[in-house]
Amino acid sequence: MGKRVLMNGNEALGEGAIRGGCDCYFGYPITPQNELTAYMAVNMPQREKVFVQAESEVAAINMVYGGAAAGKRAMTSSSSPGISLKQEGISYMAGAQLPGLIVNVQRAGPGLGDIQPSQADYFQAVKGGGHGDYRLLVLAPASVQETHDFAAQSFDLADKYRMPVMILTDGRLGQMMEPFELWEGKIETFDKPWALIGAKGRSGNAIHSYWGQAPGLEIVNLALQEKYRLIEKEEVRFDTYKLDDAELMLVAYGTSARLCREAVDLACADGIKAGLLRPITLWPFPSREISARLARMKKVLTVEMSAGQMVEDVRLAVNGAVPVEFYGRLGGAVMTVREIYEKIKAIA
Amino acid sequence: MVMTPVYKKPKTLRDASMHFCPGCGHGILHKLLAEIIDELGIRERTIGVAPVGCSVVLYDYLDLDISESAHGRAPAVATGISRCLPGAVVFAYQGDGDLASIGTAEVIHAANRGEHYVTVFVNNTIYGMTGGQMAPTTMVGQASTTCPGGRDPETMGNPMRMCEMLSALDSPSLIARVKLDGPAGIRKTRATIKQAFEYQMAGKKFPFVEVLSPCPTHWKPRPGKRWSASARKWRRFSRSRCSVNSACRTGIFCCRGFDGSRLPRPLRSRMKGNLTNVIPAKAGIQEVLA
Ligand SMILES: Cc1ncc(C[n+]2csc(CCOP(=O)(O)OP(=O)(O)O)c2C)c(N)n1
Ligand code: SF4
Ligand SMILES: [Mg+2]
Repeated sequence: MGKRVLMNGNEALGEGAIRGGCDCYFGYPITPQNELTAYMAVNMPQREKVFVQAESEVAAINMVYGGAAAGKRAMTSSSSPGISLKQEGISYMAGAQLPGLIVNVQRAGPGLGDIQPSQADYFQAVKGGGHGDYRLLVLAPASVQETHDFAAQSFDLADKYRMPVMILTDGRLGQMMEPFELWEGKIETFDKPWALIGAKGRSGNAIHSYWGQAPGLEIVNLALQEKYRLIEKEEVRFDTYKLDDAELMLVAYGTSARLCREAVDLACADGIKAGLLRPITLWPFPSREISARLARMKKVLTVEMSAGQMVEDVRLAVNGAVPVEFYGRLGGAVMTVREIYEKIKAIA
Repeated sequence: MVMTPVYKKPKTLRDASMHFCPGCGHGILHKLLAEIIDELGIRERTIGVAPVGCSVVLYDYLDLDISESAHGRAPAVATGISRCLPGAVVFAYQGDGDLASIGTAEVIHAANRGEHYVTVFVNNTIYGMTGGQMAPTTMVGQASTTCPGGRDPETMGNPMRMCEMLSALDSPSLIARVKLDGPAGIRKTRATIKQAFEYQMAGKKFPFVEVLSPCPTHWKPRPGKRWSASARKWRRFSRSRCSVNSACRTGIFCCRGFDGSRLPRPLRSRMKGNLTNVIPAKAGIQEVLA
């Protein structure tokens, strides 16, 4: 069992990434993720790993692209406005099939918004964000422990599928402190015959997303889609709470899922049969897992710190079988357990 | 009779037919790079970064490990690669739209950090790949699809002088401007880029070579004439000494209109001030345009 320590979510994420074999970190200051960059500034050089403060998020993601092209485990982190700037580079990484870790400690938007926690970047993370037909594998932790563990595991996933992985947390998860156990898992090593390390005894490798001559680009796109279908089959992660004999299914991720757990307890104490399904991978989304549990359900309630983004995927999964209700707070406001409990009572 | 080869295609040059227009500087420069890499014996530890522009498929022509980069982001990609592979020889190949417009921030900060990679900056005063639009380096009076009446410094600014701008920084070890014009110019280009690679291999920071390069296609050739009037002027001015600062040979890109006219007096004297200010004691600019 790993040693128990106390850190905030951002620092725990940094330590997790280092334990997951992170070779290089490239960042740019933005609240509420600054503790992560600061943690890496201290701890990466200490372990003789690369740390660079880039001149912008655009540069940082392209440094990740370069590090990944050189076969290294590369990462960057930011918060919402900075993640918007990274979208071009993320699309290029997806197109060039480069692995890497991108962390979004979400804050409220649109625009400069505020540094308060939010879940309004779901669409950006899950539906693309950048241009072209691509996906990110998106992991949504709901505790400091998970933030730490997912960071450690993310590079294996990225290398296995040769694609960028995103960890989607928020200002609350990033800033709060919780005791957790240090990850002591084993890192997988992957052959990277495609990496740019110097063409010793072979012809040169090329990393690119440009395919000037048809039908190259369609073939590459079809191969990407095939990979995405495989990931949808293999990598869906979710968690349930008191769902077995529930008649009302709450669906929530990250910070709102923590609040929903407590609201479920209050509801159950009142005799309302409520339970929670918490998506951990936002893409691939646990659609089948939701639809397979609808037989007993009278209703579904999605709770998000947004105007309702994930609820669209929940509605697709439910496909009209039962009504899907929504409760959300916007612009950096975090709902209380009481508010969720009142909503449950109102619809149950 | 025994035949001995006196000239061979460089090993680093792939057996591919290039897509460049006849007379384009990119093809010449690709060959020079291949020759330099062969001569230095560094093919197996060299990593190139290609830009977005007419030279985007550098990897189809040079048999090296090469990464494409997003438009203007080559300095960041080269930073990522060279930080991760300290023993490698890394170079970035960038056009003028790529480096001096969309990627201005990236190149200035990579230069300031003193990143360990060579920059080959191909300045053809135009956006070649997208069809001949105005670049930050387009000469005063030069026509393009987006400045059909010629570049007017009043509203479009004067051509950006990247060598001068970068030489205001302390880190770069070499800042040079050369031109791909005539055998002498090509030989000097080759020698200067080779020097830049040697600097990088010796651990010196951010060697930077600007290569003035022709884009015959978008310099609007006239049917029946070998060179357009503008291209002939480019050649003439690329040889002329600066009329403002005799130590400077960037005349074509800053002090003169593309049509040969001298710029208005106030502008000239302002630039004179600029020019003396931007040449630092430490780095200096090598001008090998003669
Ligand atoms: C983000 C982005 N904006 C615009 C373009 C379109 N584009 C492709 S090449 C290019 C300019 C290339 O000009 P330059 O860098 O001077 O290279 P050249 O073709 O002249 O060698 C532009 C604007 C792009 N690919 N990506
Ligand atoms: S458009 Fe200009 S830069 Fe591009 S290949 Fe043709 S001549 Fe060369
Ligand atoms: Mg150009």
